[in-house]
Amino acid sequence: MSNKTGSCTCNPTEKTSRYSEIDKVIELYKDKRGSLIQILHLAQEIYGHLPLDLQQYIAKSLDIPLSEVSGVVSFYSFFSTKPRGQHTIRVCLGTACYVRGGKKIIEKLSEILGVGLGETTKDGRFTFEIARCIGACGLAPAMMIDNVVYKQVNANKLESILSQY
Amino acid sequence: MINLTINGKKISAEENSTILEAAKNNGINIPHLCYLEDVHEFGSCRICVVEVEGAKTLQASCITKVSEGMVVHTNSSRVRKARKVLYELLLSDHSKDCLSCKRNQTCELQELGRTLGVDETRFEGARSASYTDSSVSITRDLSKCVLCRRCVTVCNEIQGVGILNAQNRGFDTVIGPAMNLPIGTVNCSYCGQCTVVCPVGALKETDSIQEVWEALNDKNKRVVVQVAPAVRVAIGEEFGYECGERVTGKLASALRELGFDDVFDTNFAADLTIIEEGTEFLNRVKNALTGRGAVLPMITSCSPGWIKYIEHTFPDELDHLSTCKSPHTMMGALVKSYYAKKINEDPKDIYVVSIMPCTAKKTEIRRAEMKNDGMPNVDAVLTTRELASMIREAGIDFRSLEDSEFDNPLGMSTGAADIFGLTGGVMEAALRTVYETVTGRELPFDGLHVTPIMGLDQVKEASILIEDPLENYSFLDGVEIRVAVTSGLKGANQLMKEVAAGKSPYHFIEVMGCPGGCMMGGGQPRSKDPDVRIKRLKGLYSEDESKVLRKSHENPYIISLYEEFLGSPNSHKAHELLHTHYVKRGVFNEYSNEKFVAKGADIKRAPGGTDKMADFLEGARKKERKERDENESIRILALEAENARLKDELDDALETVELFKKVLADYAEKHR
Repeated sequence: MSNKTGSCTCNPTEKTSRYSEIDKVIELYKDKRGSLIQILHLAQEIYGHLPLDLQQYIAKSLDIPLSEVSGVVSFYSFFSTKPRGQHTIRVCLGTACYVRGGKKIIEKLSEILGVGLGETTKDGRFTFEIARCIGACGLAPAMMIDNVVYKQVNANKLESILSQY
Repeated sequence: MINLTINGKKISAEENSTILEAAKNNGINIPHLCYLEDVHEFGSCRICVVEVEGAKTLQASCITKVSEGMVVHTNSSRVRKARKVLYELLLSDHSKDCLSCKRNQTCELQELGRTLGVDETRFEGARSASYTDSSVSITRDLSKCVLCRRCVTVCNEIQGVGILNAQNRGFDTVIGPAMNLPIGTVNCSYCGQCTVVCPVGALKETDSIQEVWEALNDKNKRVVVQVAPAVRVAIGEEFGYECGERVTGKLASALRELGFDDVFDTNFAADLTIIEEGTEFLNRVKNALTGRGAVLPMITSCSPGWIKYIEHTFPDELDHLSTCKSPHTMMGALVKSYYAKKINEDPKDIYVVSIMPCTAKKTEIRRAEMKNDGMPNVDAVLTTRELASMIREAGIDFRSLEDSEFDNPLGMSTGAADIFGLTGGVMEAALRTVYETVTGRELPFDGLHVTPIMGLDQVKEASILIEDPLENYSFLDGVEIRVAVTSGLKGANQLMKEVAAGKSPYHFIEVMGCPGGCMMGGGQPRSKDPDVRIKRLKGLYSEDESKVLRKSHENPYIISLYEEFLGSPNSHKAHELLHTHYVKRGVFNEYSNEKFVAKGADIKRAPGGTDKMADFLEGARKKERKERDENESIRILALEAENARLKDELDDALETVELFKKVLADYAEKHR
């Protein structure tokens, strides 16, 4: 995952080159109604997160209001407007995982990583989030790092899991 | 027709109508909150729920269509209970400071509570975002927002601007600009249409009443007031008059009672605008036809909401705008030059107040371009609603006032000026003068009305063939002048796309930012009359028709203004005082960094926080940090004290233990 965004630029021409990779995606989905979420999804995939100027670029390309783009970005917890870590940890707090100690995992992880929920570690390795049920209730308590699911996690296993990344 | 039963009554309703409409047409009122006829039919508040037999859940009657044989109960105990619970839940996240709210007694939420007979609030709990965000024109008080989304519909669907939208999710939802940016920093046109439809006190004009009272109380200031044309057919509504009724004479009297030293009429400046803008138009057409080149179509520039919109949305097309200032800023410039000299007063001691149907004008007067000699042309803008509020506060019995006239030399106007307040009016007024200037004959329309551009359609057009012109205008012989008129920014966008593509067939375009023109402006009284647009329109046309002089160039005070002061139309002096230029902004302010955040805007509690907000937040943060630091040091002192106390306790305990140990040891020794 590359992260090519940095501080804001107010020069629109520079923005064009900066976000040229998303152009192809926009071109592909432009005429399809309701494709904003798909575009945002891919944009986050390419750039790591969705800062204001990227949202502006997308709004302008699609000729829709910025407030609509930002409305969708802020609605879904999967979208992030701040830079994300190399890996995303999502601890499941669905009912089953909650009952079986999901909260303890969060406490321990927070201690190990030194950051709170929704934050990214200083070294940029991990972004720490919660998920509302990842559909692995039989394996509770569960957590995900990127696309890998870890089953029946307990506080003692965490160090060894993290050391794989 | 569809047959259905509502509350046991057999009724028939039109196909595709909703339960709410069918009930209303048959004398049954279903309480509702977010529903706004023809504007917002969305079902977001659920207050209008009814019981439909056969349906599992209660249905929102504002969006449920009638169907054959449907049986509806609007007043069952299940429905009543549901409505009350919904209402109380709305209240649980509302500030409930009704007594000190601007919308007290005009609030739709308050009225709904009375309708529903709610007399308790059973739910108390966490409150969602409740901060205030103020631009110079519009104030958003999120503690009062009920998330009905009427403003979202008006901003997106009707005006096509899209500043306001729902941000975040669930309990954290706020209606606002992208990324919680302050409204004073985004591409809002400040048209204020959102403030007209807001059912509660969440969206309103930013208050200017206080500063005007202060000016009126200041004995060293000469306070001059002027009134826009659209105000005279609307302010009566605030005092129980029929919608659209003209109260011009009483309005002038009320302003005198309030203590204004001079009561002038923006209409005078409207007449002046026609002379300046008409001359500019003829010059442009002449240059275009004689090969010297000119930017056409020319577009009117009276509406500051429209101006801000084009600066953001079509920053490369600003040359199409007439360079004329809006009438009230022209008036302000004249008051502080021509009139000041006449009455021998230092313009620094003159304070100009404009009574406008408009919220965007509040921002307009803060623009750097609207200054002459370092002084703003206009010092304060009050909306029609604000003036009504001042009249009430001053204890003036509006209805029993005698009629009076505006003061001269800046108070007389022709009928052409009155119709500036409605869509098509500026164009008609301009054509009355331009046609006569060019041909020496009156405009060839019945009653001087350019019929094709009358009425409330979004985009209207007309063409006028120039035949047999006067000698000076022979270049126009046989030319068909094509004009277009639009009101509302969505229509403007449509015409501007043609202009930007170089495909506009017109010579002259009139744009007003609000749908219907100034008479439906964002600062006008919130009317409940469904025919408000047509009634105010008729009121303005009748004001025009009631006058003897109906063409701007016939206004004797305009003629003497040019003779005494300005010289000729578009003269150097006129340009200095009455003309302006525009600022390239861009949708995201790419080209300009001008902000219109109100002084004292309280956004420190705003969630999120972005680069642009950082400037504003920094001050608040410092304060918070200081407070936190203070709190922290108190906490540390307390902890240290506690620590010392515990240490003492521990020492005591250790001492006791030592003692016991000794006793035990002695005891053991003895036994041995």
